[in-house]
Amino acid sequence: MIRESFIVLLSHWRRKPLQLIMLLLGLALATALWSAVQAINGEARASYARAAAVVGQDRLESLVQSDGSRFSQQIYVDLRRAGWLVSPIIEGEKRIGGERIRIIGIDPLTLPPQARQVDVMGAGIGLKNFITPPGILVTSPETAQRLEGAALPPVAVVDTLPPGTAMTDIGIAQSLLEVEGQVSRLLLWPTQPASAKPLEETAPGLIRRQPAVESDLSRLTDSFHLNLTAFGFLAFAVGIFIVHSAIGLAFEQRRAVFRTLRALGLPLRSLVILLAAELMAFALFSGLAGVALGYGVAWALLPDVAASLRGLYGAEVPGTLTIRPSVWLAGIAIAVAGTMVSAAGGLWRLWNMPLLAPARPRAWGLASERAMRLQALSGIALMVVTGALTQVGSGLVAGFAALAALLLGSALLLPPLLSSLLKLGSRTARSVLAQWFWADTRQQLPGLSLALMALLLALSANAGVGTMVSSFRLTFTGWLDQRLASELYVTARNQDEAQAMRDWLVPRSDAVLPIWNAETRVEGQPVQVFGIVDHATYRDNWPMLAQVPDVWDRIAASEAVLLNEQLARRSGLGLGDPVALSNGLSLPVAGIFSDYGNPKGQVIVSNDLLVKNFPDANRLRYAVRIDPAKAARLADDLRTAFALPLENVIDQASVKSFSLRIFDRTFAVTAALNVLTLGVAALAIFASLLTLSGMRLPQLAPVWAMGLTRRHLAGLELLRSIALAALTMIVAIPVGIGLSWMLLAVVNVEAFGWRLPLHLFPLDWVRLAIFALLAAGVAAAVPALRLARIPPAQLLKVFANES
Amino acid sequence: MKAEALLLFLALSTPALAQGFAGMGEDAEGFSVPQAGTELVFPRDHGAHPDFRIEWWYLTANLEAADGTDYGVQWTLFRSALAPSEGQGWQSPQLWMGHAALTSAEKHRSAERLSRGGIGQAGVVEQPFAATIDDWHMTSRAVASADSLSSIDLGASGQDFSFTLKLDAMGPLVLQGDRGYSVKSAEGQASYYYSQPFYEVAGTLKLLEGDVAVTGKAWFDHEWSSQPLGADQTGWDWFSFHFDSGEKLMGFRLRDSAGGFTSATWINADGRAEPQAPGALQVTPLEFAEVAGRSLPVRWQVKLPDKKLDVSTRALNPNSWMDTQVSYWEGPVRIEGTHAGRGYVEMTGYE
Repeated sequence: MIRESFIVLLSHWRRKPLQLIMLLLGLALATALWSAVQAINGEARASYARAAAVVGQDRLESLVQSDGSRFSQQIYVDLRRAGWLVSPIIEGEKRIGGERIRIIGIDPLTLPPQARQVDVMGAGIGLKNFITPPGILVTSPETAQRLEGAALPPVAVVDTLPPGTAMTDIGIAQSLLEVEGQVSRLLLWPTQPASAKPLEETAPGLIRRQPAVESDLSRLTDSFHLNLTAFGFLAFAVGIFIVHSAIGLAFEQRRAVFRTLRALGLPLRSLVILLAAELMAFALFSGLAGVALGYGVAWALLPDVAASLRGLYGAEVPGTLTIRPSVWLAGIAIAVAGTMVSAAGGLWRLWNMPLLAPARPRAWGLASERAMRLQALSGIALMVVTGALTQVGSGLVAGFAALAALLLGSALLLPPLLSSLLKLGSRTARSVLAQWFWADTRQQLPGLSLALMALLLALSANAGVGTMVSSFRLTFTGWLDQRLASELYVTARNQDEAQAMRDWLVPRSDAVLPIWNAETRVEGQPVQVFGIVDHATYRDNWPMLAQVPDVWDRIAASEAVLLNEQLARRSGLGLGDPVALSNGLSLPVAGIFSDYGNPKGQVIVSNDLLVKNFPDANRLRYAVRIDPAKAARLADDLRTAFALPLENVIDQASVKSFSLRIFDRTFAVTAALNVLTLGVAALAIFASLLTLSGMRLPQLAPVWAMGLTRRHLAGLELLRSIALAALTMIVAIPVGIGLSWMLLAVVNVEAFGWRLPLHLFPLDWVRLAIFALLAAGVAAAVPALRLARIPPAQLLKVFANES
Repeated sequence: MKAEALLLFLALSTPALAQGFAGMGEDAEGFSVPQAGTELVFPRDHGAHPDFRIEWWYLTANLEAADGTDYGVQWTLFRSALAPSEGQGWQSPQLWMGHAALTSAEKHRSAERLSRGGIGQAGVVEQPFAATIDDWHMTSRAVASADSLSSIDLGASGQDFSFTLKLDAMGPLVLQGDRGYSVKSAEGQASYYYSQPFYEVAGTLKLLEGDVAVTGKAWFDHEWSSQPLGADQTGWDWFSFHFDSGEKLMGFRLRDSAGGFTSATWINADGRAEPQAPGALQVTPLEFAEVAGRSLPVRWQVKLPDKKLDVSTRALNPNSWMDTQVSYWEGPVRIEGTHAGRGYVEMTGYE
């Protein structure tokens, strides 16, 4: 009995393969986008963890100079001779064939066990090869590929290192980085001999630094990943709308079957269990397919995400995915949970269905007046919550909560709003047919409302994110023009060349401005300190957000500093607040400037101050002012005179296009997810219309009988879908603007550390609207086409079956 | 001769182990090989020999506190070369390893240090003699006219112990084997090897419980080679005995698939060394105990019929296990039988 019943239930799908495909596809798509985001986030987080664990810095204390600068390795030897168990580390970045590689030099003999990620003694490396020239660079497989062909020590590959990092012997690293005899920090073994002499006696300049429990990277990028997660959820929610309508349809259409099975003696409990089992099987199947698909999506998106993370935060994430069991489990779990939530209503109705209830699908619209009022009230309540959160709340979580409330609230308000709009529309009706059209559209609204809500979510997310990105881009382009005022940017290869280059440039240009910088920490954060000379280039162009009146005079007099926006926000420093730089130097903030696309905090001081306080400062870069018409010529001459490689002399236009390229890649992921979400929403409409078309024959047959052709009816159906999509689009625009305002004013500030002005781009909305209408039209085309070709006999049957 | 150095050397350098190159002067990788008949010259040969693969400065001391409590102290500096040369800075292919231990009847404490050569963290200076790694040191305070090892200061520290000792030699240096050329196998593997077994010691042990003033006797070995063991030799048992009569015995057995290879030097109280023929020394385990998860002899019978010697050893602490990267047993013993005295036993290669 059970077996036969199950076969009978399943036979429905054989007769409606399209419905089955819809259900499985919807579920698989929802799971796919969700899993893709999970897989990407998982990959990135694993990479941060690897970065944090490099040489045990997440578990071991270390000895450093208070300003983070390098120091003589003799201090290391002195400490060892005083009984301290320490191990030296040298760190630095090196450009190798255009790639920026972080080089970490270790001493494998003294390295604490907690810091041993690379088995130097092991096969494939060997201590001798590791420590004696030319040495060995140990990298991740991906980095090894990037380094292929560069004139470097031989490369060995391990999986335990983050990308962009090369580990090598300290001696080899010192030569590569050209810092012979210097170390960056000393790792402390967890336990020290009781007899060790006091630290202050042996190494007075060093301080103990606690292990970094959470890396700078994972903290910085947290909000970026939260962004992605939010997108994943949105996509899943939209996908679940499809599942819901497909399941609802299958339940409605099988009412007759249910009644017959029950009448034949199948217990209600068994029937419900059978249906649940059937859905569970679908959920498992689509869940698996969805995760697999998700990996495909993640694989396609990951290079862009990696580029974004590199561009925004300097975070290295590999461009390849690892298959994680947690992603599979979470994907399948969410597919099952989503299916069950979607089916709960149907199962509940079945549970309460009287044994001999009429097998005909009931009219959806009747009972929904009250439900719609309730929905409207909830929507309004959510809107109030949104307003309250933006006023009172602070931080990223509040920002996302407000976003969620806004989206959900407007989705709930959509059906009542459309209903009112349609009521208004019906007043314009002059003919009977028009009257029927409006009334019939309203009648269909409850059945379509879920799909339309999905469309609203997708459209407003599109409009909102699009507005955010475009606003950002506009601001960014304007900012680039201000920031990159100089015509040429040149970098010398060493100190002597820098001096010679400056002497060569001075008589040939209008001004040669040093761009010298050093690294330090402000309020515990790593920052770059730049030294500038007093020049109109800065006075006229620098993109200031806030400043004291005589800011440039005070900078020139070495009395004050400038901060970039992200540093000011992260550290809570404002105009007039003192900033403690190294060596006890503390100066007030005289201005805050915008600095988009820079992951690090930045401080600007006068060049004199930089030179005096940071003797190790990098002094190789200069900006050159010259008549733009002569810039290209000067660049060529300079390259020839000093035999400089191409990348050492860069003109303004190249820097700009490079920056914009990074910017565009950063938001490529967002754009891709947007398109995918919209696609899913179109699918939701399609599924809903398909659901309805089967049930609407009793409503259409009388109209047909009164003389309207099938073709005409189909045209009206198509028109209706497009009209509803158009109305939804109109609602989506204000919601999208609200969304983008929140993204710019709340989420971006938290995620990137800068606030941007909101710009509106109506042309984008027009494009989006056309796309939405097209999507709705395509979705409605199949059911409409069916209607146009329906055998008249089937329409006649409606009257025959009526009882 | 200490076999753990061999193991270290195996662990650290390339797998290609040179075998059977005795007499050729150099092995396949360019390391020097001990030559019979070479005269050792001091103080030059107190220093390091970077052209040989392995080398060690090894000191063991049998000590006693005022209340009669026995202690043992070990201090060793190993050198292992990745290539037969010395270089400046981190490029130096010379690696250094220190082992120190402080043994009492209740507890065996040990410590280990590793260092690269070339940067000043570890090394050996000939004149004035100083062997150091980190804060561990063996430094000469001998007057210029005397052998630089005749008076030395010794110190080392671990997590839960440290010691500082003053040592003064009451006799001359003793060349082992054939004037310092010590044969290790029937195939002819050999090393350069000399000892200073006549140290009188006074100093302080610093324990968590407090400081302990101690006096006693110490034995120093300096040995270097490039090809220490034969292919089928699996480990060894090494003995250094101070007899109450003032006489000393150094003996070892290299274990192999057959009966093993034994060698010994009888040292008269005046320092005159009498190298014994291979096989003259007979050693037999009397009692085994479970130490660090393996079975080890903790009592030995040691016989040298020519000298009418038949003694047994008793470990001060049967658990004298060196829990270092290359692990082995090394601890102080009491000697009973035809001759009474104290000494040290080392056992390696027991798996």
